[in-house]
Amino acid sequence: MVNAWDCLRTVPDPEIPVVDVVSMGIVREVEETPESVTVTITPTYSGCPAMYEIELSIREALQSAGHKQVEVKTKIAPVWTTDWITEEAREQLRSYGIAPPERSCASGIDLKTPACTFCGSEKTRLQSEFGSTPCKALRVCLECLQPFEHFKCI
Amino acid sequence: MSLNAEIRGQLFNYLLRHADDRLVLGHRLSEWCGHGPMLEEDLALANIALDLIGQASLFYKLAAETEANGRSEDDLAFLRDSAEFRNLQLVEQPNGDFAYTIARQFFFDVYDVLFLEQLSLSTEAEISAIGAKALKEAQYHLRHTQQWMLRLGDGTEESHRRLQDAVDDLWRFTQEMFVPDEVDHTLTAEAIAPDLETLRSSWQESVEQTLREATLELPEDSQYMTSGSRGGYHTEHLGYLLAEMQVMQRTHPGAAW
Repeated sequence: MVNAWDCLRTVPDPEIPVVDVVSMGIVREVEETPESVTVTITPTYSGCPAMYEIELSIREALQSAGHKQVEVKTKIAPVWTTDWITEEAREQLRSYGIAPPERSCASGIDLKTPACTFCGSEKTRLQSEFGSTPCKALRVCLECLQPFEHFKCI
Repeated sequence: MSLNAEIRGQLFNYLLRHADDRLVLGHRLSEWCGHGPMLEEDLALANIALDLIGQASLFYKLAAETEANGRSEDDLAFLRDSAEFRNLQLVEQPNGDFAYTIARQFFFDVYDVLFLEQLSLSTEAEISAIGAKALKEAQYHLRHTQQWMLRLGDGTEESHRRLQDAVDDLWRFTQEMFVPDEVDHTLTAEAIAPDLETLRSSWQESVEQTLREATLELPEDSQYMTSGSRGGYHTEHLGYLLAEMQVMQRTHPGAAW
């Protein structure tokens, strides 16, 4: 039987399938006993519509790996922060076309300028603070003129 | 939570009013979906609506647990009538034009950031957790509406006029945010809830500063100010909003998908 953590690393984030729920810091705790697994997850934003989907995928992944009894709990403290996204996931986000958040964000909102994910130029402009999902902002590169998404610092 | 029955009762009311603020304002903003003045703004208003409704859900869930009377968070949202809603009259006001929506949101966001900063210090862990979670989102909301206040106020003659009209018209709804009632007094004494009166001067200062920068006039403070929404008194607009929001659950009780 695959251990629970390894199993959870195969569960993609439903809105950004290039990263998984562990490297995004969504999985907070895993309690594994021979009989059961209890997974505690935390939402990125209060209204994150993907939470239900994430819970289902976690359940499915663990059950198909042979964990019969699976419980998924949700907690909101400590508050999720983009600081919990791993270095590897940041690179995956970048190669997927989403500029990763700057470290560290815990102290407040990010005012730094992220580099263009297409040409690497630092000359980029904020198009809108809100994008296709609550966690992303829209930016435009002033050099190559490509629009791209930026994972907001929270 | 190990609180006595009286405090639990007050706490239920308290959680309900802050949930109602967010649900009603979130619903109002969702009415813009597909009608925003530009695509980016359409997305922004929908995003803010989603945050607010998500926060409402956190408050309702805790309210339902506190009441422990078999009602679920959905029952609280969809099966109460307007006289049972405890939201501020400010948030139920119709969207009007874009300037009106922005002014309403700005007045709320300035209050919300101040309120949540204090709520995150609550002695009740579950309440401080909601405060800390929602605060991060509220800071983004405020930054967004503040920028629109400047752009519209210090924009064209028409945008300035429309925003000034909105500010003047909505002003009468702003003071009840800071008038504590028995529920607030009880919970403030227990260090569970912030003292609303201490938020007032920071709100006033922050609003005045933005209005000044936006070349807008501060409305007269001596005008009539509404009150009573925390006790269930509302403008007629809330009933229409609830009728639309609740129609599915009222028509098909327990419907789920």
